[in-house]
Amino acid sequence: MLVKFYLNDTLVSYDVRPDEYLSETLRSHGIKSVKVGCNESTCGSCTLLLEGKPVMSCSVLTASIENKHVTTIEGIQEEAAKIAYHFAEEGADQCGFCNVGYALVVYALKKNIKNPTDEQINDYIVGNLCRCSGLHSQLKAIKAYLKEE
Amino acid sequence: MAIDKKNMKVVNNKTHSLDGKALMQGKGKYTDDLAEQNSLVIKILRSPHAFAHIKSIDVSEAQKLNGVALVLTYKDVPHVSFSRAGQGYPEPSPHDKFILDEYVRYVGDEVAMVAAIDERVAEDALKLIKVEYEVLEPVLDFETAYENKSVIHPEDGIKEMFPIGFDPKKNVAASYEMHVGDVEKELAKSDVVVDETFYTQAQAHAMLETHSSNARLDMHNRLVIYSSTQTPFHMRRIMATTLGLPVSKIRFIKPRVGGGFGGKQAFHGEMFCALTTLKTGLPSKLVYTREEVFGASYTRHPMRIQMRIGAMKDGRINAIDCRSLSDTGAYGEHALTVFMIVGSKVLPLYNKVDAVRFGGRVVYTNHVPAGAYRGYGAIQGNYALESTIDILAEKLGMDPKEIREKNSMKEKETSPIFEIMGEGTKGTAMIMESCKLPYCIKRGAELINWNKNWPRVKVSDTKVRGYGMAIAMQGSGIPFMDMGSCSIKLNDGGSYNVTVGATDIGQGSDTLIAQIVAEELQTSVDNILVYSSDTDLTPFDCGAYASSTTYISGNAAWRAAIKMRERLIKEAAEYLGEKPENVEFDGKIFTSKDKTVSLYDLSVQWLYNKNLHQASVTESYFGHVSPPPFMAAYAEVEVDLETGEYEVLNYVTVTDCGTTINPMLARGQVEGGIVQGLGMACYEDVKYDKKGNLLSNNFLSYHIPTHKEIHKLTSEFADSYEPTGPFGAKSVGEIGIDTPPAVICNAIYNATGVRVHTLPITPEKILKGLKELKK
Repeated sequence: MLVKFYLNDTLVSYDVRPDEYLSETLRSHGIKSVKVGCNESTCGSCTLLLEGKPVMSCSVLTASIENKHVTTIEGIQEEAAKIAYHFAEEGADQCGFCNVGYALVVYALKKNIKNPTDEQINDYIVGNLCRCSGLHSQLKAIKAYLKEE
Repeated sequence: MAIDKKNMKVVNNKTHSLDGKALMQGKGKYTDDLAEQNSLVIKILRSPHAFAHIKSIDVSEAQKLNGVALVLTYKDVPHVSFSRAGQGYPEPSPHDKFILDEYVRYVGDEVAMVAAIDERVAEDALKLIKVEYEVLEPVLDFETAYENKSVIHPEDGIKEMFPIGFDPKKNVAASYEMHVGDVEKELAKSDVVVDETFYTQAQAHAMLETHSSNARLDMHNRLVIYSSTQTPFHMRRIMATTLGLPVSKIRFIKPRVGGGFGGKQAFHGEMFCALTTLKTGLPSKLVYTREEVFGASYTRHPMRIQMRIGAMKDGRINAIDCRSLSDTGAYGEHALTVFMIVGSKVLPLYNKVDAVRFGGRVVYTNHVPAGAYRGYGAIQGNYALESTIDILAEKLGMDPKEIREKNSMKEKETSPIFEIMGEGTKGTAMIMESCKLPYCIKRGAELINWNKNWPRVKVSDTKVRGYGMAIAMQGSGIPFMDMGSCSIKLNDGGSYNVTVGATDIGQGSDTLIAQIVAEELQTSVDNILVYSSDTDLTPFDCGAYASSTTYISGNAAWRAAIKMRERLIKEAAEYLGEKPENVEFDGKIFTSKDKTVSLYDLSVQWLYNKNLHQASVTESYFGHVSPPPFMAAYAEVEVDLETGEYEVLNYVTVTDCGTTINPMLARGQVEGGIVQGLGMACYEDVKYDKKGNLLSNNFLSYHIPTHKEIHKLTSEFADSYEPTGPFGAKSVGEIGIDTPPAVICNAIYNATGVRVHTLPITPEKILKGLKELKK
């Protein structure tokens, strides 16, 4: 079936199976920045923004997003670079597999909640697992990024 | 000769990881991102039984399914036993695994393989394979495995590569015994003897990128494999031997790797990709599902460890006796080496004893196989030893900090254990040229305000804060066994290509190698172009394991940079008509008296105009010693006495890893290790049902630490310099994971009086203990 949606503000039309998930669709069309860590919506690596809100793309049926706006990391390259800077400053980056999902969810947090408390930040990012870092360093990095004008 | 850290401009200075920005921007290519577009997709049929013999297997229906390219069973693959452990040669692990076998030894073991045009067809084909099993009685309790009537490896053709105590007819994968002095006599002489037994669980690595590999034939019909691996060179050797191919026919490439922690030292899907591509001529790929990573790859070795420690009234520890039993699951990967580290990287902490003894067995069971996992052996041994030391301190009426200060390793000291125990073989004697453990203990106590807070602070009638501590040590590579190498090539303009076998799996080894080379050649990391781990293009390296990369591969890179510098100066001297000893080089300009020439000009001339040649060097390094990093760790834990729930409010560490080549990455290693260790100590519960089905096989049932659990980590480093390390560095990759089980166990005891002897330390166990105390 043909599904039309906006991928980083560009209208695309993909021929997909009815039971196909968005992570699969995007990866099969060469958008390999979408990382799949569990394929059962428990790790957050495949996070994308759908209408500006973080979703786990391994559990969003592509057929369900007709005419909607999808943002991948390619759509927020400058913000991702800023987040990367703060992660590096805190020594919070390692293997990078979860980082794309983190960048998108942190970007959405900045857009959606003004001046969040630590608890609100943790609530927002708790679904994004990281096995490499000490997590505390990530929180510090995220707070530094959120303070940026 | 020590180099003053104040003069270092790149090493020991803040340097962002070279790949961090690109990875955050989604530009990093991991294994599955590099699979051929039209790869055959491989799926594995896995055993539903913990132990069974395949009586018959019929794949005819699966083969007929439209889109299926290949189905393989044990009848179709080479019957050559090997070890998937991913170690050097000869392996200290038994060769007890076949690519596919007529026996299946755990729920999840491989029965058959399907390659099809896509994932859905492959999955449909799996359902069409008809298998008749003779179900055998499994061994699911490792304490009953030894000489059990169920023999897990009854087959012929399995072997040990050198004596490791392999005795499969008794379900023994390996065994080991050692002693120094007369332990029983020293214990009998002691004023106080404690005897405690602890159990550790089968922790899962839970790296975010699942095991992945893919294969294709290149234009010369060579097999080219991308693999998410920590050991590309060992993979090439083991695959060549097992499949009967010359090494020259195989190329392994390691792209970005999404975390390893030891789990990717071993083979997972690589043999199936190779077989599929060799048999069909088509590219293929295999990506493990998350369930397969939990249930069909590797775990940490679960263990039972008994510690008997004897001490005199004044707090002097006389003797340590450690008996251990380890569960290697269905296959013996790393059976002996993990086991030996329970002794060799733990017991030397208390080096003033008159007698020490260590030994026991590693047994097979019908559980998911155990393999390498960060801090292997050390975390299990540390939990048992450091918990028992606290118990001993209480019996002696001593502060646990004081008993450690009195008995632990100091600089310029040694332990006889170093010479006796290596990794699977004899060890290497060494003196601690750098050991700032006394400082680490003192500084950590200040940071947690130990003297004021220990053992507990009451917060309210139902809440109390407990304070616990532990010390730890590791090693830096395996002496005379682990080798790393590095090639440096000068480009026109003055940049350098650096190729290393050192395997960056996310820990940042590319970055720290760039820093080491940049420091020696007095340039910036932007000028250093690191490419790592491709068996065709880079020199050999044993791989990322045993805390070897900074020390072994880092030393290789340093040596290569020193040689390149000497070579550049020599050639510049010839150009200037001077002696090399009269030429100075500042990274850009060669100067001798009033004559100068730039590296830029020389590098262009050598390629295009005069004295035409490629300036390049290759150097290797192997350790003659394995200098241990040391750590002291403290935690503040708040316990709810009504529910047994607790939170780790602050985890303080002070680490001696020599020079921190990259202070931020070193902190990342320490803190990442601590959080994984906290996972093992507090949350990561492994559950099987009575038939041997793994129940904790996803991120909902197996809980790794998240931002909700981790609060404050306070991490400092001691000022230390290891004379044999690159710019004074030791390893830092594993030391962080060792302390949390003991520290949390001690803190919970100090808060509540409940001593938990089995990991993880759950609220249920604490509450049960509290109820028993009330009786």
